[in-house]
Amino acid sequence: MRRISVLLLFVLLALVQPAFAQSAEEAYGLLGSGNFDQVRRGVETLAASGDARAATIIAALQNGKLFAATADHALYIKQDDGSFAAAATGKPAPDIAAGAVKPVRVNNAIRSAMDAALGALRLMAPDPATRAAAAEAVFHSHEPAALPALAKALAHETDPDVKLKLQQAQAAALLSSPDASEADRLAAVAVLADRGDQDSRSLLDGLSGQPPSVAQAAAAAIASIDRSLALWGILQSVYYGLSLGSVLLLAAAGLAITFGVMGVINMAHGEMVMIGAYTTFVVQQIIRASAPGLFGASLLIAVPMAFIVAGALGILIERSLIRWLYGRPLETLLATWGLSLVLQQVVRTIFGANNQDVGTPGWMGGSTMLGGITLTWNRNYIIIFAVLVLFALMAALRFTSLGLRMRAVTQNRRMAAAMGIRTPWIDALTFGLGSGVAGMAGVALSQIDNVSPNLGQSYIIDSFMVVVFGGVGNLWGTAVSALTLGIVNKFLEPVAGAVLGKIVVLVLLILFIQRKPRGLFPLKGRAVET
Amino acid sequence: MSRLSATLTILLVLGGAGLLAALNLLTTPASQFHVPVYVISLVGKYLCYAMLALAVDMVWGFAGILSLGHAAFFALGGYAMGMYLMREIGARGVYGNPLLPDFMVFLGWKQLPWYWQGMDHFAVAMLMVMLVPGLLALVFGWLAFRSRVTGVYLSIITQALTYALLLAFFRNDMGFGGNNGMTDFKDLLGIPLQAENTRVGLLLATAVFLCAQFLIARYVVTSRFGKVLIAVRDAESRTRFLGYRPENYKLFVFVLSAVMAGIGGALYVPQVGIINPSEFAPANSIEAVIWVAVGGRGTLVGAILGAVLVNLGKTYFTGALPELWLFALGGLFIFVTLLLPKGVIGLFAARRPRAKSEASVSAAQEIAG
Repeated sequence: MRRISVLLLFVLLALVQPAFAQSAEEAYGLLGSGNFDQVRRGVETLAASGDARAATIIAALQNGKLFAATADHALYIKQDDGSFAAAATGKPAPDIAAGAVKPVRVNNAIRSAMDAALGALRLMAPDPATRAAAAEAVFHSHEPAALPALAKALAHETDPDVKLKLQQAQAAALLSSPDASEADRLAAVAVLADRGDQDSRSLLDGLSGQPPSVAQAAAAAIASIDRSLALWGILQSVYYGLSLGSVLLLAAAGLAITFGVMGVINMAHGEMVMIGAYTTFVVQQIIRASAPGLFGASLLIAVPMAFIVAGALGILIERSLIRWLYGRPLETLLATWGLSLVLQQVVRTIFGANNQDVGTPGWMGGSTMLGGITLTWNRNYIIIFAVLVLFALMAALRFTSLGLRMRAVTQNRRMAAAMGIRTPWIDALTFGLGSGVAGMAGVALSQIDNVSPNLGQSYIIDSFMVVVFGGVGNLWGTAVSALTLGIVNKFLEPVAGAVLGKIVVLVLLILFIQRKPRGLFPLKGRAVET
Repeated sequence: MSRLSATLTILLVLGGAGLLAALNLLTTPASQFHVPVYVISLVGKYLCYAMLALAVDMVWGFAGILSLGHAAFFALGGYAMGMYLMREIGARGVYGNPLLPDFMVFLGWKQLPWYWQGMDHFAVAMLMVMLVPGLLALVFGWLAFRSRVTGVYLSIITQALTYALLLAFFRNDMGFGGNNGMTDFKDLLGIPLQAENTRVGLLLATAVFLCAQFLIARYVVTSRFGKVLIAVRDAESRTRFLGYRPENYKLFVFVLSAVMAGIGGALYVPQVGIINPSEFAPANSIEAVIWVAVGGRGTLVGAILGAVLVNLGKTYFTGALPELWLFALGGLFIFVTLLLPKGVIGLFAARRPRAKSEASVSAAQEIAG
């Protein structure tokens, strides 16, 4: 049916061609005639006439709102309130009764003609975005009927981006047209090969009845598109992997301090992340209530707040609980696990067990294209944030006096004490720093995960895996391991499925730890043999 | 562990179970001494947990291996039993398929996967109850102990192990019922599971198995082998320098403990009537560790006592004050590790100097890694 209508249209176009110059008046007459063939010609004529009301009238016809008077075949458009307006002028026609007009009926051939006509009209629209979208629509329909309109639009087009889209649409339509020359077809294949996306591939793949040379060129183009698509696919996976890796890095960075540097097994680490996420929620609630204009900056405000809240809680935990358990890692593990249960229940009691709605500021929404890969802004910001946190942490350990003391205490506690460092305070501050970083991670995770009391639990095993895999006490190792795990995970996902991919990663990690119990980048020396 | 306390434990377990059984069978429901059947099943469940606690205590209390994945072995044993019970349903399932369990029919499977073959024989299933956890422990332990993964690292990878199994068993493709697991069991060895007498019988069987496991565990830890094990726990390197191979000792006790946990799981499933992947949750394994810590790490009696006490508390709290249960459990973790390192048994031992040397687990001797 569709093919026949296309063919009919094509024949029709040949008939209509000399009618380009004819006035819109004739088109109105044809539309009101009540004869399917004439209505179709009317649509074509109207579209070609350049009449300012053409788009409105054809759209009305498409929506079943174009009516013709039974007496004089004059055209009226039914308004939303049920009254009528003259089609040619758009002026209200209050004296037209509903009984005096009947709708202009359409068939499939007319529908196709309307689609093509509206497409052609949009190709000439003043807004470049509309023109590009119309060209894209023609590309997807690749109806040869659109060729004249495309040629006309191309002649007028000045915007290079839209021009490219028009050329691609023209190439697609040319290949589907029965009577294009071989040279034109070869050029069209080249244009599609340059476009190089999935759509051009399926278009080239669906070609039939082409001359041998064109078919050959199409096959070569498909092969080259496949190659570039595969390459972009790999890059997209790498990007997703980096994104997952940066999330893992954020979750594990705090642990790299408390577990990696201090050797404290903090099973309540995930709850610090969770508390950071809830801090974000509270900050946003306050902003919504008192200063809605600041909402865009809510996350920037939440980051230091989360650091302070989680850090203060960390210091409290260290002073009240963990300091009694130094040198007894397994007991620390159990006690902090108990603490994590209590913290979860506290949050559940205060905020309820349901997910809380943490909003996303406008500047974090949307996405952008880089070549053939899609980059979403919230992922980009999380990657940037993770890198910033990592470097800030390294700088804090390397260049601040607190960092110097921390390193001194972890390397030789008694010597540090003899030099006048108050080691219990350094322990508390180090633990507070690790917890505060976890809290900042919570701000980022609140943007991509459900903020519920269980938020932290889902990250705790992953975080420990990242730290152990990277090598304890080594921030670079943590970063490398987080990114490696993220990328490996994302490459396994299409092959094995998300869950199985994760299982494979866990099993590989377990096997890896058997081979290298001290991780990728172990600390050398006697200190590790405690 | 003195002979006296061991005898007392066995008398208490068998006597307690026997008393409950008698009070259920010999009294009428109207009598004020009557024990309803749900209590019977509840106590049966506690005793299964006690087996898991015993298994954890074997490796943690006596070999210094803090396994945070022991519930995985328990669940694997449970799944093996569940497979047998599913096959026992036969054509009585909702879809009436004589060969395939309901969930496979539902998923459109045409034939029984190879690993389900033979599970309709009780003997094969029981072999699997011991073999599957045992083999997993053998492979995992061989890899881990040989490369000297100890302390916290071992704890973390055992946790990763049970987490990986949790994810795996959630998948429908695994052929173990996915998210819903297995349930709607009808009978065991042709005896209907819902009948009260069966429940009482299962409780008594669980009590007997618990006592048997207790005796085996006691034999192992008091033997010469057990002495080396304790030496490994307290000073692994020194034991190695004396010419022992700590990895072999650890591997043996790890496998034995996994098999014990598997048997516990197998007895657990018919009594609770369901097995699903949540049994693999890392939290379950950690809870089992706290039972041992509460009762008294390094004392076998303590493990049993701790499992029963904590679960009694859990039943009470989750019924009466559900929102307080996590506070209570979390607080218990903190309280026991900070203030009661020897557990409840430690309280008794402190009063009797004679027993002190036997319950000699002190937190100060904890191997650091």
